[in-house]
Amino acid sequence: MRLERPDTRGRFAGFGGQFAPETLMPALEELESEFAKAWADPEFHAELDALLRDYVGRPTPVYRAARLSDQFGLELYLKREDLAHTGAHKINNTMGQALLTQRMGKSRVIAETGAGQHGVATATACALLGQECVVYMGEKDIERQALNVHRMRMLGTEVRAVTSGAGTLKDAVSAAMRDWVASVADTHYIIGSVVGPHPFPWIVRELQKVIGEELQSQMSGKEPNRPRPDMVVACVGGGSNAMGIFYPYVGSDVELVGVEAAGYGLETGQHGASLVAGSPGVIHGSMTYLLQDDQGQILEAHSISAGLDYPGVGPEHAYFKEAGLVRYESITDDEAVAAVHLLAATEGIIPALESAHGLAWIAKEAGNLQGKVVVLNLSGRGDKDVEQITGPDE
Amino acid sequence: MLPYMTAGLPTPSHSVELFTAMANAGADGFEVGIPYADPLMDGPTIQAAGDRALEAGSGVRVGLDILEEVVSTAGKPSVVMTYVNPILRMGIDDFADRVATAGGSAVIIADLPVDEAEVFTAAFNRRGIGLVLFIAPTTTEERLERVVGANPPFIYCIADLGVTGQRATASDHIEELVARVRQKTDTPIVAGVGISSPEQANVAARVADGVIVGSALVREVLDASDAAGAAAALYSAVAAYAAAVRRTSTN
Ligand SMILES: Cc1ncc(COP(=O)(O)O)c(C=O)c1O
Repeated sequence: MRLERPDTRGRFAGFGGQFAPETLMPALEELESEFAKAWADPEFHAELDALLRDYVGRPTPVYRAARLSDQFGLELYLKREDLAHTGAHKINNTMGQALLTQRMGKSRVIAETGAGQHGVATATACALLGQECVVYMGEKDIERQALNVHRMRMLGTEVRAVTSGAGTLKDAVSAAMRDWVASVADTHYIIGSVVGPHPFPWIVRELQKVIGEELQSQMSGKEPNRPRPDMVVACVGGGSNAMGIFYPYVGSDVELVGVEAAGYGLETGQHGASLVAGSPGVIHGSMTYLLQDDQGQILEAHSISAGLDYPGVGPEHAYFKEAGLVRYESITDDEAVAAVHLLAATEGIIPALESAHGLAWIAKEAGNLQGKVVVLNLSGRGDKDVEQITGPDE
Repeated sequence: MLPYMTAGLPTPSHSVELFTAMANAGADGFEVGIPYADPLMDGPTIQAAGDRALEAGSGVRVGLDILEEVVSTAGKPSVVMTYVNPILRMGIDDFADRVATAGGSAVIIADLPVDEAEVFTAAFNRRGIGLVLFIAPTTTEERLERVVGANPPFIYCIADLGVTGQRATASDHIEELVARVRQKTDTPIVAGVGISSPEQANVAARVADGVIVGSALVREVLDASDAAGAAAALYSAVAAYAAAVRRTSTN
């Protein structure tokens, strides 16, 4: 069963909650009540909807990938979040949270980023609304997603390199939370996925579910060539694009598949598949599935895709997994890279490495999906990954 | 005067020596830190200490072994300082059993607010151990009442906004914060976070019942070239803090 809201303790049947330092708790309480008020306020929706339409470019199109459909023997549709302003679904969340920041009377914004897409989307919203913005990014990600670092700086955001741990998304989230512990009085933390302590997973889900709601009306089965989906597939890092497209379908007859990063292969232990290969525990303020050792130390994840290179996942996905509402699978680095090339060559679309995990799973599973209507959430475009994939010499 | 020290520094086998040196220098009790790789409440110094201790083979089990030795050799009341995930991984009951057999008197969990505390408090209290709860400069009256109502063995007043680490100036929150708590309860109060000079410790000790010093002491260990050097540096540092704290209790 789908839960409209987590319970009063911020739990989705045992997952979620607020494992946060006391210093942050009053801000989390304020955030919950301010968001609840805003979300019930038609004026807030009017303002957000206008921005999503005129500035972000929503609704994003649904495109029937004809050549790949033929190749796979199924009906493949792409929900084109890559065509949203800044090139990924992340902007749906940052526009809403930046407006909320304004409502709360805070003037400074911090964020973490892995692939740089959430950082760019936050920097964009802050530029638009005149807010000061600092983005934490692991040093490894600064290197492999350099294009997005340049974009953030051009948008007036300060990018702070995080050198702790492996210098990836986990370390960037930790650094942003530490900043927030000191700066909470005048600063809002725009978290980039359905992760973190309550109310973040709920807020980010509410702001991202527009993807699935649009898809429901775009593929209602009432128009020719727009059948109802049999299956919806999305990649899962923290889980926000998957949550956004799944949520309206949870509990229906539409099969939902979340695809995690298998990195070098699950058997190597070098991956980011917290739902498929992890266990329950607490990471970044939330009870959820994570990668950890037998002493409760969080392990470093690995994925070629910076956006999926994270050892945790949103708590509502942990709930979906245990309740059997969504199926979770995984795809290796090599399979994802092959899928980037496949989509580029057959449809003229270069997808983000993250989104390519979803496509790779469909390609691999195609034999079992003959004739089915399958929708892939194309969560972002791949400009940022081109240099990493082809090498600097080409 | 309550030093915080990461268990397993500089190595697990030399860790107890550091606590002994601090006891000899006048420490009244200890906060024994379980090293954790992702400590959200800690600044760069304790992060680095945790990483180094983990590399040297420390962790929750080794940390609790060190606690046991510290309690038996130094004979000072000692509390465990940790994050929540290592406890969950071990199992709350197994963890509580082990703290009790090691002789620990209470547990401090940096990422456990009163809202999530109930199951932990229950498991600890059954073994005669307490769960310490925090009050921060941001804590509302309503939250303060919930913390007091949960009956912690003592209340940890977070002296300053921000994570642990050294500060150039003393917090201007601490007096007001302690006064707010005293209005509601007689529960003992310790002050910590950012207290990193004997003068700052003196300021905190004028209002609080105990003063926790962490990063400034951990820094001494990280900078020392060997265990003997670390013990000597800690001895003189703790002696200075202990003297500064005592200056207030007699006036
Ligand atoms: C294009 C794209 N897709 C997916 C993700 C993964 O995040 P999530 O699982 O929250 O959608 C990212 C994260 O950076 C991304 O940039």
